[in-house]
Amino acid sequence: MQPTHRSRRILRPVRIWFVYLSLFVALLLSYIPTGQLPGVPDWVALLLAFWCVRERQVVGMGAAFVFGVLVDIGHGAAMGQHALAYVLLAYAASAVSRRILWFAPVQQSVQILPLLLGAQVVMVLVRMIAGAEFPGWSYFLSSVTGALLWLPLHFVLLLPQYQPEDRDDNRPI
Amino acid sequence: MRLWVFVIACLAMLVADLHFRYLEVVRQTLSVVLYPVEMAAATPAEFVRNASKYFATLIKVQRDNRELRRKALADAERLLRQTDLEQENARLRGLLAMSERITVTSVAADVLYEARDVFSRKVIVDHGSQHDVTAGQVVVDELGVIGQVTRVYPIQSEVTLLTDKAQAVPVRVERTGQRGVVYGAGEGMLELRYLLANADVQPGDRLVTSGLDGLFLPGLPVARVVSVNRELQAFAQIVCEPVARVGHAAQVLILGRAQPAPERQVPPADKAKD
Repeated sequence: MQPTHRSRRILRPVRIWFVYLSLFVALLLSYIPTGQLPGVPDWVALLLAFWCVRERQVVGMGAAFVFGVLVDIGHGAAMGQHALAYVLLAYAASAVSRRILWFAPVQQSVQILPLLLGAQVVMVLVRMIAGAEFPGWSYFLSSVTGALLWLPLHFVLLLPQYQPEDRDDNRPI
Repeated sequence: MRLWVFVIACLAMLVADLHFRYLEVVRQTLSVVLYPVEMAAATPAEFVRNASKYFATLIKVQRDNRELRRKALADAERLLRQTDLEQENARLRGLLAMSERITVTSVAADVLYEARDVFSRKVIVDHGSQHDVTAGQVVVDELGVIGQVTRVYPIQSEVTLLTDKAQAVPVRVERTGQRGVVYGAGEGMLELRYLLANADVQPGDRLVTSGLDGLFLPGLPVARVVSVNRELQAFAQIVCEPVARVGHAAQVLILGRAQPAPERQVPPADKAKD
C-alpha cells in the first residue's frame, strides 16, 4: 500500500538506470504501429514530463532531444519535429516541477495536460508551416489520455522508491 | 540558454530535413540500429492481425473461394487469348522493326502497417533495398495505382499514398487524352489540377497515368472524376476519388521503372564532326 502525498513519507533516491529503462520502454511502446488511431498516448512525452517533474537533475532537455530524434526516425516523421516539441516540453516541465510537486497526483495530471497539449501544438505548427494538412482535432485526444494515465503512471514509476531495505511499518522511510 | 541551443538545433534539423533532404543518411543509419526495437514493438500488432485473420469465418472463406473460382474461369479465357495476342504482337513488332518494350520486373509485397506520422498518408511494406526496391517506384494493387515508394530501408520501404498532400501523379483523361496532374486533397480524395475551366472533363471520367515522367508506366488506372466545379478561377476544380483501395490495400505490387534513366543527349556539334 502506497501512502498518499499527505503522509510526507520520505522516498528512497531514484535509480538512474530505472529512469532510462522506463524511457526506453516508452520508446518501444511508441513504436507499436497503431497507425492513425486517435487517442493513443504519446508515451515518450508522458515519461519525459514525468521525470522532468520528479527528477529535474537527472532528465532534462538533452534526453528530450535524443529521444525526440529517435521517435522521429521510428515514426517516419520530419527529423526534429518531436525533438523540438520534447525539448520545449522538458523545459516547461522542469520549470513548473517545484510547484507541481506540492499537489496530489490527480491535481498534477490537470496541470500536465496543458504541457502535453502545448507539445502537440508545436508539432502541428511545425508541420503545417512545412505544408502538411491539419490532422483533425482528434489528434489532440492523445494528450487527454496521456493526462489520464498520469495517476497509474505515478503509482508504477515510484514503486521502486517505496521499497525499504528492511521493512518497518512505524518508520517513515 | 541551453533551451535556445536545443531549439536552434531542432529548427536547423527540421529545415535540413524538410527543405533540403540532407539528413537521409543519418536517418538510414539510425533506422538500421533501431530496427530490432521497431520489430519488437511491431510484434503485438502482428499478433492481433493474425488472430483476427484466424477468426475470419468459414462462410467468408467459402464465399471468397466461390468468387475466385468464377473469376479464375473468366480470366482463363482471357489468358488463353493473351498468349496468342502476345505472339501476334511480337510478330507485328518484329515486322515493324520496333524495339521491344522493356519488360518490367515487379515485386509483390505485403503492407505491414500505416506509418504513425499523422501529418502524412504513408504505409510501410515488407520489401526494401535488399529486394532491389528503389525510391520512386510505383506501387499498385489489383485495381490501380496506390502510391509511390519514397524511402527505402534495408528490408522495408515507405510508400506515400496518392491521398498524401505532397504526392503528385501525372495523368491523362482516358476519354479525351487530355493531360494533367493529380494531387492528394485530404480525406481520401484527389484533385486534378491545372486544367482550364472550359476543359472537357465530366464526372465519371477515368484518369490513367500518362507515363510522361518516365517513372509511372502509361495506362495504369488512377482515379475517377467525382465532381467538376468550373465557377472558380481560370482553372477548374476537379475532385476525383482513387480507383484502387488506397487506404486499406493488404497486398501490393511494386512495379519496376518504366524506362531506364534517359541517356545523355549528344550535342549537335559532335554529330557534325562525324
